[in-house]
Amino acid sequence: MALEVDHLQLCYRTLRGDVRAVDDVTFTIDDGEIMGLAGESGCGKSTLGNGLVRMDVRMRQLAGRVELDGEELPISDEKAMRSFRFKSVSIVPQYAMSALNPTRRVGKMVSELLKSRGFDYKSALPELERRVKLVGLDADVLKRYPIELSGGMKQRVVMVISTLLNPSLLIADEVTSALDVSTQRAVGEMLLEFRDRKFVKSTMVITHDVSILAQVADTILVMYAGKLAEKASADVVINSPLHPYTQLLISSLPEVGVRHDEHTLVGIPGRPPPLLNPPAGCRFRDRCPFAFDRCAEEPPFMEVKPGHSVACWLRTKGAAPAGGAEPC
Amino acid sequence: MLKLDNVTKVYKTGTFGGESLPAVRKVSFEIRPGEVTALIGESGSGKSTLGKMILRLEPVTSGTITYEGTDIARLKGKRLREYYRHVQGVFQDPFSSYNPVFRADRVFATIKRSYFPSVSNAEWHERVETSLKSVGLNPVDVLNKFTHQLSGGQLQRILIARALLLDIKVLVADEIISMIDASTRVDVLNLLSNLKARGLGVLFITHDLSLGNYISERTIILRRGVIVEMGATQKVFDNPQHEYTKMLLTAVPQLHKKWEAGLEPELAAMGVNAQDDGRPGRYSRSSLHPLANMHARKGRREFAEHELAEGLLRTDTYLRTHEEVPPLVEIEDDHFVVESTRVH
Amino acid sequence: MTVVGHEGDLGTDEPVPVDKAPVDSTGEALTAKKRFEFLYFAVRNKKLLIGLSVVVLFALVALLGPLFVKHSMLAYGPPFRPPSAAYWFGTNYFGQDVFAEFVYGLRESLFVGLLGGCGATVIGMTFGFLAGYKGGMIDEALNVLCNVLLTIPGLVLLILIAGFLHHTSAVIEGLLIAGTTWTWAMRAIRAQTFSLVSRDFVGLAKLSGEKSRSIIVREIAPNMSSYLFLVFILLFGGAILVAASFDFLGLGPSNGMSLGIMMEQAADWSALPLHLWWWFVPPGAAITCVVGGLYFANVGLDEVFNPKLREL
Repeated sequence: MALEVDHLQLCYRTLRGDVRAVDDVTFTIDDGEIMGLAGESGCGKSTLGNGLVRMDVRMRQLAGRVELDGEELPISDEKAMRSFRFKSVSIVPQYAMSALNPTRRVGKMVSELLKSRGFDYKSALPELERRVKLVGLDADVLKRYPIELSGGMKQRVVMVISTLLNPSLLIADEVTSALDVSTQRAVGEMLLEFRDRKFVKSTMVITHDVSILAQVADTILVMYAGKLAEKASADVVINSPLHPYTQLLISSLPEVGVRHDEHTLVGIPGRPPPLLNPPAGCRFRDRCPFAFDRCAEEPPFMEVKPGHSVACWLRTKGAAPAGGAEPC
Repeated sequence: MLKLDNVTKVYKTGTFGGESLPAVRKVSFEIRPGEVTALIGESGSGKSTLGKMILRLEPVTSGTITYEGTDIARLKGKRLREYYRHVQGVFQDPFSSYNPVFRADRVFATIKRSYFPSVSNAEWHERVETSLKSVGLNPVDVLNKFTHQLSGGQLQRILIARALLLDIKVLVADEIISMIDASTRVDVLNLLSNLKARGLGVLFITHDLSLGNYISERTIILRRGVIVEMGATQKVFDNPQHEYTKMLLTAVPQLHKKWEAGLEPELAAMGVNAQDDGRPGRYSRSSLHPLANMHARKGRREFAEHELAEGLLRTDTYLRTHEEVPPLVEIEDDHFVVESTRVH
Repeated sequence: MTVVGHEGDLGTDEPVPVDKAPVDSTGEALTAKKRFEFLYFAVRNKKLLIGLSVVVLFALVALLGPLFVKHSMLAYGPPFRPPSAAYWFGTNYFGQDVFAEFVYGLRESLFVGLLGGCGATVIGMTFGFLAGYKGGMIDEALNVLCNVLLTIPGLVLLILIAGFLHHTSAVIEGLLIAGTTWTWAMRAIRAQTFSLVSRDFVGLAKLSGEKSRSIIVREIAPNMSSYLFLVFILLFGGAILVAASFDFLGLGPSNGMSLGIMMEQAADWSALPLHLWWWFVPPGAAITCVVGGLYFANVGLDEVFNPKLREL
């Protein structure tokens, strides 16, 4: 088991109380697995991903435990985490454009970074150059300033730097969002290649774009309003999801070949509940077309089929409404 | 109805404006009533610049944009305001489109001030409510609220409602759904499609092919400021001619088709079955960005992608080195491709 | 909670609680909720309260002081008297009531400061908005004007102009100060305007048929209201200082009294060697306290408006 997250609860402190962005989340990512973390704005996926690497000053860990390679990952201890960051856990942030210091040449920045972690730049240079070439860039990109590189090139450089020390866990936070389609593909294939070549052990890809996950992820974890909704292999989540939210979400995504006149897609009415004082019971209840009385009680996230976990009363044996509507 | 004729936009950069940066080069097309025209391009393609020029927010360097026969560059003052009565726009970032100091429905008040000063408040309120309902919003949910209290989808729809209060014939939608949640995107898309029924002409600017395919009748593919392919959407998507169009189609991530599968037609044409591709790694970065290093790698799949990249590189080089833009050739009814692809 | 392709702008706000819509793109928005929030922090910010109290105190003295003045400012009485019950601030070299001088001097100094500060703010705003919004040649022209004025030492300019005028009054002094201290304000406002002009809501306002002037007043200025307020406070404080130095050099209103004039007279008539501390300490302290209070309040206000500076 590369990553084990157990009943993790993270919140933001605000004037009006605690915003429970990650509310009791449990999952694992195996070695060599690419797990996609999908969800819409406000579901807590970014908080979760970022929290595993570096907790924002406003974040607090309320409960739970995180283990990486059998050792505890002290995510709420800023100082202790320093020895893990970049070496065992690494993040590729959104907006790689801003991640590179504009006043430093790329190579200089990498050497400073390595030095701060106790590594020698010169000895790492051959491997660095090899990887830079692997992603389709010239080795001399190290001598350039960030402003001379295009957005896609910067994203690739950041990815190479983030994985230079072969971290056990790589977190990719919306890495394809601001990119052109062709660069999205390049970055997606890069994630796969890094995994295949064992540069990283396990990868967590955070995105709202499920179609990217369909291409690169082995498993998909769907979050809704701070809680886990569904987890299964990518194929299953996309082709035969069990949670109503996942079903509605997948069916609302336009694909090439689908035209409005032939098949009008439908979105999900309403909005996610506020996380400041979340309502009791299932958080998707208000927008769910299949909600029934049991939904007033929060459904547990449990495995209903091998490798497939859902948090929905409809799927838990004996809880479904008698003669009730079964979602197809 | 709205016609662009050899429109070119060149930005002056550098000290004293010495250098020039062509953003749009000799673009010509038409927006027709009752149709959605998708303008597809990646970053740097000039699609947003075109949208702004149509909305008179940027001046045209050369060429003309005419609306109902009148050159819009000549419009000033009152006549410009009349133009805006017929042509409106919605932009990408819903939160940036509203002045954060005020409530969201102030956008309606601004319209009233400029265009309907004599309408009574009561009647205006009724019109606003009707308009909101026609875009699928409940007036009670959105009136009297501040921007941060509403979702991206609601904000974009309010802007469409605002445009509909005028008597618009053309709506320029510039990436209007890329910043709203996936579950509400399709609702806004459906709304755009429904506007066709009202006789509007919609220019749908996007980088996402699947969206363009979903609602548009006509598609224009833009690369580095130049139209490389255009025509009826079905024809462009079913029978893509230019390398760039093909590349876009293979690269767009889809739910039910893996990236490798996109090259089946090319591979089939070469007599290769996509399955028996025995190369060690799956990375094929080089083929996608023609200006990156082109590694000579083995493997037939890369060869197909290599071919695409070669063609794209040819087009790019031609555009970079030549002043004039190659003309469009009609290869079948209502399907045009730029000529340089014919040159092998 | 991230949204595709969103650009950072004037600086992200406090943590947006997840119950709100996707990313709040406002920088210094003054929505009703935020106004309340500003008020909440304003009344709790020590720097703001202290600074404001000091200024208000002196303003009250200036307003109500004349009610307590027993002797006319110009009447001659016993000279060199230290503060006593009869003469609260003592008497000066000529036996004039220093308290009376102080009160009227304070009034005049505050008046000139206010006039100068307001005037400079108005000019700075006008030029700043114009340059930022219109850009192009207008921006270039205003920039040249601004840069020229910036390089000329303000005080020297004032001295030269005063030399040409045969008679200066408080009003003229105020106007002169307004005319020479607006430059940095214009620069700052211009920069802010640039960043706001590129926002979509300005584009939308144009699409709504609004004229430029209307857009500046109705769309852009409200977004910068907190900043404009800060600019005014700084210009007000600065104007008082400039006026004091001006007066100290003897170029002040010919037949008036101000804090600077008091200090000038004190210096001219050997107050220091004669140990007549009550002649120059009150005006000096008043200037220091008022201007210091204003700047202090400014720092506090900055914390109120900018959430990042607050210690939560």
